[in-house]
Amino acid sequence: MSGLHRTRPRRDGLYRWPVRAASLLAALGVWQLVTAADLRVWVRFDRFPGPVDVVREFGRQVEHGQYWQDVTQSLVRILTGFALAAVLGVALGVATGRSRWVGDVLQPLFEVARPIPAIALVPVAILLFPANEQGIVFITFAAAFFPVLVSTRHAVKALPVVWEDAVRTLGGGRWRVLARVVLPGVLPGVFGGLSIGMGVAWICVISAEMISGDFGVGYRTWQAYTIVDYPGVLVGMATIGLLGWLTSASVELAGRRLTRWLPREGER
Amino acid sequence: MTGEAHRGARGGAPSQGAPHRGARRGLALRAERLTLGYGGRSVVAGLDLDVAPGEILVVLGPSGCGKSTLLRAFAGLLRPVSGGVLADGAEVSGPSADRALMFQDDALLPWRTARRNVELALALRGVPRRERRRAALGWLGRVGLADAAGRLPRELSGGMRQRVQLARTLAAGPRAVLMDEPFGALDAQTRASMQRLLLDVLDGAPATVVFVTHDVDEALLLGHRVVVLGPDGVAAEFPVPASRDAVLAALGAGASRLKEAV
Repeated sequence: MSGLHRTRPRRDGLYRWPVRAASLLAALGVWQLVTAADLRVWVRFDRFPGPVDVVREFGRQVEHGQYWQDVTQSLVRILTGFALAAVLGVALGVATGRSRWVGDVLQPLFEVARPIPAIALVPVAILLFPANEQGIVFITFAAAFFPVLVSTRHAVKALPVVWEDAVRTLGGGRWRVLARVVLPGVLPGVFGGLSIGMGVAWICVISAEMISGDFGVGYRTWQAYTIVDYPGVLVGMATIGLLGWLTSASVELAGRRLTRWLPREGER
Repeated sequence: MTGEAHRGARGGAPSQGAPHRGARRGLALRAERLTLGYGGRSVVAGLDLDVAPGEILVVLGPSGCGKSTLLRAFAGLLRPVSGGVLADGAEVSGPSADRALMFQDDALLPWRTARRNVELALALRGVPRRERRRAALGWLGRVGLADAAGRLPRELSGGMRQRVQLARTLAAGPRAVLMDEPFGALDAQTRASMQRLLLDVLDGAPATVVFVTHDVDEALLLGHRVVVLGPDGVAAEFPVPASRDAVLAALGAGASRLKEAV
C-alpha cells in the first residue's frame, strides 16, 4: 500500500492558537499606546485614531442603514464582476487553450489588453457605459478576468495527454473529453486564478468606487477622508479587509472541496 | 483444473459488464505499408502486420523501435504518414471504444474513484445510469478490487491502479485491446499476478489483443504469437509453440496461489 497518503489530524494546531491570538492583541495594544501617547517620531500618531476610537465609530456605523447599504452595494459589484470574469475567463481560457484557431484570433487581443491595469480603464468605462454602476462592474470584471483566463489556459496546456487519450479510446468524442477530462482536470489551476482574481477585484472595485462611486465601501472611505473623519476611514479599511478575507476564504474553501482528489502535500 | 477455475471465476461475472461478449468476436487488425512519425521523423517505416481475430499478439522490441507508436496508430490516436491501419477491413480514421488502449500508468482520472473510473467506460458506451454501478462493481470484483471501489487513484498502489485500468478498459467492451506495457512499472510479483489475471479475464472474452512489452518472459507467457519489431519493420516472428493452457497447467499450484493473492 505504498501509494496511500493519509492526512494526520493537525493536533499541534491547537497549541498554536493562543500564540496567534496573543500576537494580534499585542499589535492592538501597541497601536493603542502610540496613539494615546500622541507619539511623533518622524511618523506621527498625534492625529491618528486609536483602536478604541475605531471600534466606537464602527459600533456607531453598524447601527445605521447606510453602512449596510454600502457593504451590500460593494458586494453586489464585486460578485457580479467576479462571476462574469470566472465564467468568461474559464470559457475563453479553455477555448484558447484547446483550439489553435480561437487562440490565434483572441490571444493577440488578450496580450495587448492584459498589461493595462484595470483601474486605468476608468476613463474608458465612463465613456462606454451609460451608468456608473456598470462601469464599476466592468472594471472589477477586467481585473479578475485576466488571472482566471491565464491560469485556465495554462492548466489546459498542462493537462496530461494520457487522460484525454484514455477517454478517446473508450469512445469519448470532443465534447465528452471537454466535459469529463478538461473541465474537471483544470479545476486546480482555475482556482489558483480565481483566488488571485478575487484579490485584484477588490483592489479595483474599491479604487473605482473612490474615483467615481456614489455608494459603496470605497466611496464611503474616501468620503470620510475628505471630511477629515479619520476613525471613519479606518472603519472603511477594516470593512474592506474583512470583506476581502471573507470572499477569498470562500473561494479557497470551494476550491479545496472541489479538488479533494489532488495528491496532498505533506502537512506544514 | 486451472481452466475449470477460470470458468468458475468467469461465471461470477456480471452479465451487464459484457452483454455482447458471446456473440462478438475479436477484430482483425492490419497494418499496411504503415509509416508513422512525429514531426517529419519516422518511427515506423513501411510496416506490414496482420493480427487475426482473437489472437494475442505480443510485440517485442528495443525502446524507440516504435512499439507504442504502432499501438497509438491501431487505436486511431495517431494518423499514419503513409499506408494505413485496417480494422476488419475498414480504414481506421479515429479512436473508438472497439479498440481500447490500456496505458503503462496514470491513465485513471484522479478525481474519480475506482468505481467511477470504470463507470466512465460504461457511460461512454451508453450503458444506462442505473446499470453502470452494478456493472462497474462486477468488473472491479473480477480484478479483485471490489473492496477498493470507493477509493481515489491516489489511495491505490500502482498494481491496484493498473487493475482498475484493466477493468475500465475491458468494461468498454472492446473487440481489440491494445496494451502498452501495462505491467511495465510493476514489481515482479505484482506483474506475475496481473499476467495471470489478464489471461483469466480474457478467457471467454474473445477480443484481439496487441500487447507491447520488452519482457521476453512476459511475451512467451501471454502471446499466441510474438513479433520482434526492428528499425525496418518486423525483424522476426515466432509462433508460441506451447498452448497457453499447457503453460498455465505447468504453472500449476503456483498459479492458483497467485490467483488467490489477487
